[in-house]
Amino acid sequence: MSKTKTTFSGISPSEFFYRNRDLAGFSNPAKALYTATRELVENSLDACESSEILPNIYVRMTPVVDQLDSPEPRTYKLKVSDNGPGIDPVKAPDAFGRVFYGSKYKLRQARGMFGMGGTMAVLYGQITTSKPVVIYTSTDGKKFHKFTLRIDIQKNAPVIINKEIIEGKGSTGTTVELLLTGDAFRASTKVHDYFLESALVTPYAEITFVDAQGKMFYYPRSTNTLPKPSQETQPHPHGFDFEGMRRLIEDTDDKNLHKLLTNNFHRVGATTSTNFFKFAKIDHTSSPKDLSYENIVKMVDAMHSYESFLPPDSHCLSPLGKDILNAGIMSELSPEFSTIAIRPPSAYSGFPFIVEVGLAYGGNVGSGGVKLFRYANRIPLLYDEGSDIAWQVVKDLAIDKKRAYKIPDNAPLALITHVCSTKVPFKTAGKEFLADRPEIERELKNAVREVLRKLRLHLSRQSSQEAVKRRRDIYTKYLPLIAEFSKDLSGKKNLPNFQPMLKAYLEESEADN
Amino acid sequence: MPKSKKQTKHSKSQNDIEEQKVQIRSQLKQLGEKIYSDLNSQRFPTIHFPSRSVRNIVYDKKTKQYILGSNTVTRTASNIKQIRSVTQLTWLAFFANELMSNKKSSTLRDVYYSSQAYAVDYTDQPESDAIITDLESVISTARERLNIYPEERSAIFGDLDIEYTVPGYEGNRANLSSHPDGYLIGPSLSTADFVDTSAEMIIAIEKGGLFNRFIEEKVHSKYKAIIIDTAGQAPRTTRYMLKRLHKELNLPVYIMTDGDVYGEHIAMVIVSGSAGAAHLRDLTVPSAKWLGIWASDIAKYKLPTIPMTEMDFKRVSELKRDPRYQKGVWNKELDVFLQIKAKCELEAFSKYGLTTIVDKYLPEKLEQAKSM
Repeated sequence: MSKTKTTFSGISPSEFFYRNRDLAGFSNPAKALYTATRELVENSLDACESSEILPNIYVRMTPVVDQLDSPEPRTYKLKVSDNGPGIDPVKAPDAFGRVFYGSKYKLRQARGMFGMGGTMAVLYGQITTSKPVVIYTSTDGKKFHKFTLRIDIQKNAPVIINKEIIEGKGSTGTTVELLLTGDAFRASTKVHDYFLESALVTPYAEITFVDAQGKMFYYPRSTNTLPKPSQETQPHPHGFDFEGMRRLIEDTDDKNLHKLLTNNFHRVGATTSTNFFKFAKIDHTSSPKDLSYENIVKMVDAMHSYESFLPPDSHCLSPLGKDILNAGIMSELSPEFSTIAIRPPSAYSGFPFIVEVGLAYGGNVGSGGVKLFRYANRIPLLYDEGSDIAWQVVKDLAIDKKRAYKIPDNAPLALITHVCSTKVPFKTAGKEFLADRPEIERELKNAVREVLRKLRLHLSRQSSQEAVKRRRDIYTKYLPLIAEFSKDLSGKKNLPNFQPMLKAYLEESEADN
Repeated sequence: MPKSKKQTKHSKSQNDIEEQKVQIRSQLKQLGEKIYSDLNSQRFPTIHFPSRSVRNIVYDKKTKQYILGSNTVTRTASNIKQIRSVTQLTWLAFFANELMSNKKSSTLRDVYYSSQAYAVDYTDQPESDAIITDLESVISTARERLNIYPEERSAIFGDLDIEYTVPGYEGNRANLSSHPDGYLIGPSLSTADFVDTSAEMIIAIEKGGLFNRFIEEKVHSKYKAIIIDTAGQAPRTTRYMLKRLHKELNLPVYIMTDGDVYGEHIAMVIVSGSAGAAHLRDLTVPSAKWLGIWASDIAKYKLPTIPMTEMDFKRVSELKRDPRYQKGVWNKELDVFLQIKAKCELEAFSKYGLTTIVDKYLPEKLEQAKSM
């Protein structure tokens, strides 16, 4: 047998994602159109929120003129504009033309987790249409920098084809225009669901969406309150891995391990560090660069098992809060009753998280059982509901135990679950569903229980009010009739004196309530 | 009265009926007074009466009919689910009293519509009918005595002089053989006095067709019979009429039905009443005899048959569990039906000529009945 010669060669991140685009949600033209739209909108929302700007976002999906009559999939022009802070013109080409462009070690709560969504959209457009992407961005509102660029996939670097400066209109922001192959017909439901569900948790944003048929959907702003912007934070030792540590050691200027730990990790001070290195049986005065491979493993393992690190604090998190969530629920679902539960911060594997759950009952919430709207870091999760831990919790409590909460059959009930964290435990890079971390499950359960208890209270209050009204109606109608007929039947002249008992009865039933 | 054989004591019967009416009205009035005084003393009106639920319907061996057991139900205005029916019941008692005092009668349907004039609401007529049955139970009196009648009417023919007691016809007399189609058994007839008759028996027959045949064949004169068309299951007015004819004129009652399990039960209801009227008395003639068609007659008279259906078999097994069907001809004939798996109609005799049923079958069965 002849030997097959195998050659190994490195590939760039761009090339890796080009070859594995299914992972990032670009598996077919319908899903790709939806994912590209979503990634760009999420970048825009993140940009506005981080600069505390009330977002105005305009999205348009247009079939290109010469393909109007061809069957799906066909080429679409996707345009996403925002009024965000704009991107520094020096950094803009990299922001869209290089995969994994972003800060290396810091953690923050943001929609984009892997730093590649926008670039993937550009990459996908380039692969399917071989057309460059056009980016307009302005940080001062006076000048717009227009870039026409493509990605060199092998080198993982932007290639600027054209660059010009045009007159601004006074407001900052970024517009991305790209061509891509999509199937707007099959993507339609998901895209519409996405905008509707986004609007539910971003009532502070004004979103205009023009779909491929030219129909416009407008989601007005219903509150001027922005969520508190999230802050970058250092990683917690519990959540740090070997690869991270290896790179940190490579890059660091810290002279010893003690400094390395206290300078780069969340809530690790001198005392904690000293105690930790005693526990790990590693000399904290040694230089990070001298640490052997085995000792890096030993140190990371010890960081995971040492229990006396302070828990991560949640200042870096940005939950929606009661007001924003309620404004979203009111404007999108206009329910007859709504309530919100916000859990205190908690942590899993060193990553802080907060669970928020909203409940809407009646009104525009259609009947027909429980509807669940899932969010993670304000991203609506639309696929694989059944695999999501939030669905398991809602099913256990609001469906299987609905009697305990007095929820009627086919109740017009919607639950909104939001998990925000510096690292949301998605099971895939496609941001579709949450893995079942016990800590998150516990907090979801507590929050869902809390809103369901409030619903039960509301329903029983409502039904007892209805019962009092019904009693009032029935007794004021029938008792006088009985009095009249009994008078006529017994041949008496006057009505029996039934008024005091009627009055007493009605007062009593009122008081019981 | 030349042909008089049995003259009833007119004045006594008249007095009986008047006396009954007075008594019924006083019962209604008492009900009104009780409700009135409940209200006056700040109590929610409450009405008790025997339960008509299936578990409270028991067979009474002594009277050979279904009667109500000792369970009672209570309707009270303090219960939000019952105040409406208490109102309906009070209204109905008032309405019946009005009917009786004005000497008016009303059909079940009339009652349902009359309620609307008094803001008493019924969902539908069955609800109204059920309240009427409740009132029957409260005062243990059939609705017919409250001048409330169903629509269904059966007919009577024979040599019987009656004198009407209904308003406008008091003292008017009629002979029930003077109209060849027979007389409808309605409120006027069932409350009339029986003055005079030459009849020696009563024959109740299930079908209008045979009723007419019997009149044509002069069964009334050949057998000295009063003939009654029950038009299927005998209505209560007809059963009440049969009871009165039997009791007041002392005439035996014979019943002819189709040769099937339903026919057998029509006869049984005349003899011992129905479960649906277990709260009432005076609707049965325990000595009445079922002449046929028996299942065993089918073979005996070589009658053309129809195969029994699944429903028929189901009904047989139901009746086999009924205490009234445990012995005698009732029990025996059910078994024969199960054996032959066939049934036949009264008209089957026409195979042997239109008069066979009257000339051959009827006399033979009447003879047989003497020994029963």
